[in-house]
Amino acid sequence: MGLMREFTKGLWKDLAPFRVVLGLCPILAVTKEAETGLGMGIGVIFVLTCSNVIISSIRNIIPRQVRIAGFIVIIASFVTMVELFSQAYFYPIYQKLGIFIPLIVVNCIILGRAEAFASRNGVIASALDGLGIGLGYTMSLVLLGSIREILGAGTIFGVDMMWASFRPFTFMAEAPGAFVSLGLLLGIMNAVSRKS
Amino acid sequence: MKQVIQMAVVLTLICTICGAALSGIRSITAERIVYQRLINVQGPNVEDVLKGSENDLIAERESVEIDGEEILLFVGKKNDRPWAVAYETSAAGFGGELTIMVGYDLEKDKLTGLKIGTNSETAGVGSRVTQDPFTKQFKGLDIDLKFTGGPCPVGVDAISGATVSSMAVSEALKKSVALYPKIKEAVL
Repeated sequence: MGLMREFTKGLWKDLAPFRVVLGLCPILAVTKEAETGLGMGIGVIFVLTCSNVIISSIRNIIPRQVRIAGFIVIIASFVTMVELFSQAYFYPIYQKLGIFIPLIVVNCIILGRAEAFASRNGVIASALDGLGIGLGYTMSLVLLGSIREILGAGTIFGVDMMWASFRPFTFMAEAPGAFVSLGLLLGIMNAVSRKS
Repeated sequence: MKQVIQMAVVLTLICTICGAALSGIRSITAERIVYQRLINVQGPNVEDVLKGSENDLIAERESVEIDGEEILLFVGKKNDRPWAVAYETSAAGFGGELTIMVGYDLEKDKLTGLKIGTNSETAGVGSRVTQDPFTKQFKGLDIDLKFTGGPCPVGVDAISGATVSSMAVSEALKKSVALYPKIKEAVL
């Protein structure tokens, strides 16, 4: 039961972008389409889970004074792996995500989980924590991406969703649309959680 | 003292292991990355500038060495005989390197087309040089380019407000044309 909670907390209670308001920079930038959001999310799940596992398994060896430097090296290595793999196997998504793949290194969710959780807990708990938080982040990216893609282009994952005479609301595909939809979602999330 | 040594040893170990893992993965993926660039960036451009070829342009690519530089050639064939060749050159644009793919008709010594490859021109301004209205002007130009002081050769209108990007295309084209005689010799 305890371990299961480490996984499920990332899906609602500690949902990264909406509840603890972390990782907002990429969520604004890559959610023009649901597909790029999903690609980014999968990258984050991989980096977060792997770095959590490695960091929690070396937590007793690494001296406290140099832990942040060590964590960053490990995180950066996994991010570079994601960059190489996406370039080799998912080139079109790599082209769309561009600079935001290397920028996963400085995504505060990842260093945040390493410092706050993985460096203090066991390997299995850290893996579940990484998976849960990563999955929650991916769902948030896909949700925001879908809303923006439906309103901004009339499609979702590239499939037509709206009636024929639908005029795309291009504002939603641009940067201001990202801020507005993120703000509205944050507001809805807050209202819902206050009620319960 | 013991603590300092421990810190140095642990950090060195972490960095060494990470470095080794990355170089391993890089060597595994390197070949596929080159291939992906080829089919996603260069491929569509080659197909466009060598339209009308009957062979598989990408599969039959070859690389030649000219003046000590390795150049990837795409040779278009009709009735099993080469009729056109395309290759990339680059120049400094406004936001970084700009590459162009230029196709040449080997018989008439004219340009069959020009397409922009990887570039970092300003979106909405310099990036207009990548669009058809600009690039299609190069089709049919003679390899003997004439310049009369403007950023682009005679017969091509530069994009207003994007002089640097237009000039970068011309610079890359000049390099491309300069290589053409040697490349023609290598192909035929």
